[in-house]
Amino acid sequence: MLRRLFPFRRLGGEGDTKEARYFRLWLYTCSLTALVSIAPLVIMSAVSYYQYKKAFRGELVRPINRLASSVKRSTEFFLEERRAAMKFIIREKPFDQLADQDQLTRIFRNMKEAFGGFVDLGLIDSAGVQRAYAGPYQLRGVNYRDQDWFHEVQLRDVYLSDVFMGYRNFPHFVIAVKHEDVTGDFYVLRATIDMHFIDRQIRTLGLQPSSDAFIINHQGILQTPSRLGKKALEESGVSVPPYSEGAEVIEERDEAGNARIIGYAYIEQSPFIFMLIKNPDLLMKNWVALRNRLVAFLAISAVVILLLILGTSSYMVHRLREADQRQAEAYHHLEYSNKMATIGRLGAGVAHEINNPLAIINEKTGLLKDLLLLEKNIPQKEKLIALVDSVLNSVERCSRITHRLLGFAKHIDVHREPIDVNSMITEVLDFLSKEAEFRDITTSISIPPNFPTIESDRGQLQQVFLNIVNNAFAAMEDGGQVLVTLQEKIAGRIEVTISDTGPGIPEDILARIFEPFFSTKKEHGTGLGLSITYGIVEKLGGHIDVISEVGHGTSFIITLPIVAP
Amino acid sequence: MDTFRVLLVDDEEELVTTIAERLQLRGYHAEAVSNGEDALKRIEEKPFEVVVVDVKMPGMDGLELLRRIKAKNPSAQVILLTGRGSAKDSEAGIEEGAFDYLIKPINIEELIKKMKQATGR
Repeated sequence: MLRRLFPFRRLGGEGDTKEARYFRLWLYTCSLTALVSIAPLVIMSAVSYYQYKKAFRGELVRPINRLASSVKRSTEFFLEERRAAMKFIIREKPFDQLADQDQLTRIFRNMKEAFGGFVDLGLIDSAGVQRAYAGPYQLRGVNYRDQDWFHEVQLRDVYLSDVFMGYRNFPHFVIAVKHEDVTGDFYVLRATIDMHFIDRQIRTLGLQPSSDAFIINHQGILQTPSRLGKKALEESGVSVPPYSEGAEVIEERDEAGNARIIGYAYIEQSPFIFMLIKNPDLLMKNWVALRNRLVAFLAISAVVILLLILGTSSYMVHRLREADQRQAEAYHHLEYSNKMATIGRLGAGVAHEINNPLAIINEKTGLLKDLLLLEKNIPQKEKLIALVDSVLNSVERCSRITHRLLGFAKHIDVHREPIDVNSMITEVLDFLSKEAEFRDITTSISIPPNFPTIESDRGQLQQVFLNIVNNAFAAMEDGGQVLVTLQEKIAGRIEVTISDTGPGIPEDILARIFEPFFSTKKEHGTGLGLSITYGIVEKLGGHIDVISEVGHGTSFIITLPIVAP
Repeated sequence: MDTFRVLLVDDEEELVTTIAERLQLRGYHAEAVSNGEDALKRIEEKPFEVVVVDVKMPGMDGLELLRRIKAKNPSAQVILLTGRGSAKDSEAGIEEGAFDYLIKPINIEELIKKMKQATGR
C-alpha cells in the first residue's frame, strides 16, 4: 500500500531522467495541493481556536464582573446610608443635645435599632475632646486633637477609616462627620461600624469553594477575613489592582505560578477594594475539552487530507507515466510501420525498374543458349553452355528478389471470409508433417474452449503462419518442439503464439528482425520473409511481435482482430 | 506440332525481338512490334492466333490494346505480360477477355505452355 503512495524507486533522481521528472511532478503536485488544502484548514482552526477562547473567557469574565459590581454597589450603598444617617443627626440635633450624655445615648440606641451596624457613637468638639459617648467602651473625655483622622475630618468634613480590630475581636471601621455651626465653630460626630454586615454579604455570594472573596485596603491589607483562611489585617497576598471607576476583571499569576482571575471593584469614598479571586483552570475545563477536540479534529483532518493527496497524486502520476509510455510506444510503432512502408515502396520502385533490363538479360541469354544448343561444332560447347546456365541462374535469383519485393509492397485487397484458425494452423502443420517426422520435431496446438472464428484473408494468413512455422523449423535442431497457442484477448482480438525450442535470437538482432533485407542466413534467403509477413499482418489489422532469449527459444506472437478492419 | 502465329507487343524492343527469335527457333511463327498501333496494323494484315501484350506501355496501354483486339478479332487469344507483380491489372485484363498473364522476366517454356493452352493445342 505504501508503494501506492510513493511510486518511486528512490527519492529524487538525477537531473533530467524520466524518473526524476515524474518524481518532481509528483512532488510539486503533492506539495502544492497539500499547501492549498491544509493552509486554510489550519487558518480556520486557529481562528476558531481564538474565537472560542475569547468567548469562553468572556463567559468567565462576565459573571465575575457582575458580581464585583453588585458587591460594590451594595457596599457603597451601605456606607452611604450610614454616612447619611450621621449627617442627618449632626444637622438635626443641636450641639447641646448631642453633647448631653443621656440624649446621645438615646439617639445612639434609636440609630442602632433603625440602621444596624453601629457599635458606638461619640460627639467630639473642636478641641478634640469627646464630650459625650455611647457605646461599649469608656471613651468619654478622650482627646483626639493630635490624631490624623481628626485633622482629616476637619479638612474633608467626612472621614472613613481603615478596618481595625475592635469589639469582640472583629473588624470595625470608623465614620466621622463634621458640622460647622453658625458661629463658625465645628464639632464632629464619630461612630464605629461593624464590618459584619459587609462581610456577611460576601459570605452569602454563593461562590464555589475554590474561589476567594474579601475586601482589602489600598495597601493590600485584608479588611475582612478571606474565605480561604487568612484573617483580617493580614497581608492579602494579592497585589493592589489599578484604580477603575467600575468593576474590572484581570488575570494574574500567584506566587506558585498558577493563573488566577481577579474581579475587583473600588468602593467609592472608602479605603476599600472588593476582591474576588477565581481559579481559571477549573472553569476552563470545558474550554480545554473543546480545545482538545479542535486540535484532534485538525490533526486527523490534516492526516486524512495528506493521505488522500498522496494517493491521488501518486495515482495520477502513475497514469500519466503509463499514458506517456503508451504514447511513446504507439509513436514508435507508427514510425516503424512508416519506415517499413517507405522501404517497401523504395524496394518496389527499384524492382520494377530492374525487371525490364532483367527480362532482357534473361531472353538474350536464353537465346544465346538456344543457339549454342543448335550449333554442332562449337569448341568447348559444354563449358560455354555451363557459363550461360550460370548467368541464367543468377537472373533467376534476381528475379526471385524482385518478385518478392514487389510482393512486399503490393496493395492487395483483403478478401474477408470466416476462418477457423485452429484448422488453418493444423493444415499448415500438416503441410510440414513430412519434414517434422523426418527430423523428429514435435508440434502441438493449444486452444481454449469456445475459441472464436475470425474474419480475415485466407491466403495471406496462411502465408503468415507458414512463414513463421517454416522459420521455426529452420531454426531448430532435430528433436525440437513447436508449440502453437491460441488465446482470446479483450477488445475483440485473438493472439496466436508460435514458440520453438531453437537457440533463440540475441537482443541486437531481435530489434532488426522485421527489417527488409536483414538476414542472418548469409547467402540463402532474401531477408524479406519476415518483413513481408510483418506487412501482411499489419494489412490484416493485426500486429506481430517477437520474444526470444538466447538458449531458450523464440516465440512469435501474432495478434489479429476478430472482425477484419 | 501445330505451329501457330503469335504477335508480341512490348515497348522494350530488345526484349520483344529476342523472345520472337527464340520462338522462331522453336518453330513458331513469331513477330514483334513495339507499340499498340503497329500491332493493330499487323493484325489487320494477317491473322494471329495469340497476341502477347505488355500491360504497361506508353501511348496505348496493354488493356486498351486488348479491348481493341478483342473487338476486331474475338478469336485471338491475348496473354498479358506484367512487370509490376500487381495482380490487379492482370486480373482486370482477364475480365476484359485476356486468357492469362505472366510476370516478367518470363520463362520461355512457360510462355509456350500458356500459348498451347490458349489455342487448345
